[in-house]
Amino acid sequence: MATLDRTARSLLLRELVSGMWLTLRYFFRPKATINYPYEKGPIGPRFKGEHALRRYPNGEERCIACKLCEAICPAQAITIEAEPRADGSRRTTRYDIDMTKCIYCGLCEEACPVDAIVEGPNFEFATETREELMYNKDKLLANGDRWEPEIARRLELDAPYR
Amino acid sequence: MSIWDTTAGHVVVVFAEALALLVPLLIMVAYLTYAERKVLAAIQMRRGPNVVGPFGLLQPFADALKMVMKETVIPEGANRALFLLAPMLTFALAMVAWAVIPLNAGWAIADINVGVLYLFGISSLGVYGIIIAGWASNSKYAFLGAMRSAAQMVSYEVSMGFVIVSVLLVAGSLNLTAIVEAQKTVWFCVPLFPMFIVFFISTLAETNRTPFDLPEGESELVAGFMVEYSSMSYALFFLGEYANMILMSGITTILFLGGWMGPFNILPVLGPLWFVLKVCFLLFVFIWVRGTFPRYRYDQLMRLGWKVFLPASLVWLVITAGVLLATGTLPTPA
Repeated sequence: MATLDRTARSLLLRELVSGMWLTLRYFFRPKATINYPYEKGPIGPRFKGEHALRRYPNGEERCIACKLCEAICPAQAITIEAEPRADGSRRTTRYDIDMTKCIYCGLCEEACPVDAIVEGPNFEFATETREELMYNKDKLLANGDRWEPEIARRLELDAPYR
Repeated sequence: MSIWDTTAGHVVVVFAEALALLVPLLIMVAYLTYAERKVLAAIQMRRGPNVVGPFGLLQPFADALKMVMKETVIPEGANRALFLLAPMLTFALAMVAWAVIPLNAGWAIADINVGVLYLFGISSLGVYGIIIAGWASNSKYAFLGAMRSAAQMVSYEVSMGFVIVSVLLVAGSLNLTAIVEAQKTVWFCVPLFPMFIVFFISTLAETNRTPFDLPEGESELVAGFMVEYSSMSYALFFLGEYANMILMSGITTILFLGGWMGPFNILPVLGPLWFVLKVCFLLFVFIWVRGTFPRYRYDQLMRLGWKVFLPASLVWLVITAGVLLATGTLPTPA
């Protein structure tokens, strides 16, 4: 009887038909993918994207050139040079991040005592040349100015867990 | 005597008819590639091409343009003449077969009495394009793909032949129009249902589609017999392959699905539209099958062809003939 059952099933292509039925049902399911450049997936407040150097609300840059980020960076992607400014405060004269070396671990952000260097929400900073990925201080500060509202909100959302 | 009765007139008429058939056919081929990507995407819950034009409808033309702009690379060790001949042969054969396909009563460009034989002959020649391509490329992958393809197409043609013979027994004619007319009462896919399935699966093998796409076998042979081709020569293979899919769907429609006749003969004015609809449905099944099944192993492919389909179609042929004789419904030559 079992043999007959098996023979009937294979002659009636039972498995093939059930497979086809499965794919047909999937055919009518809603799409799992999003329409990427026009729609974007959600990003958590801890998302580690493009770097930015922040400023205080009065426009003064936060970074005090302590070089903790440079020291902790496992990829050694950060280069900092510092000198006292005319008003006697300690500031960077050079703050470079080699984005081709960066592994987006977020340790620089963790190490920073003044929340100056942060990894923002932006992940769409692909460039056509390598050179464009060697970020300097101007670029990082510009990023900070551009993304500040979002960065501030993300820090606020993440604050209870720190 | 009007101008259309002269030899030159005939040539012009036939040329115009061929053009009227082939231009829509090529557009259909272009949109078949689009449909394939869309249907596969839907089955995998993706979106498919949707950026070029509304709903991505201009994608096939963008792809065609890209293809034409590329450089044709001819490998150093290749036999130049044969290398370039092969895609042209594949493409030309896929087009030439359409001459006998009747889209409506009396709409075939060449309504010949041995239409089925002609189709069978042309589709058998198709293997030459592939095997020449594989040999002329002078590459291991291409050669392996071509060998597989030749063996596969030959194997499945045998059972396809028997299936067609059982259709011919019931229809009593080799003329495609007459075969469709014979399905006035009931489409042959009903009384010959198992043969319909065997025929459809064989057409999958014949057109090198999944689950029988071993000649291309992306995962092991890169692209099979087409590895060395690029640009226009590749495009011709591509067009030929998809035109062959449409052709095989057309043949299935004529042999089993009542050609241009609507279900229960409703709306006979829609003739060609019914034909196109049925072909589109079969093409959807082609793609649907691709979205469902993994590739056969080579020995499984051969076993299915020789040890399952061949005996099955032979037995069914005998049964068909027996039933026709017993009921006295065997069609007699007029």
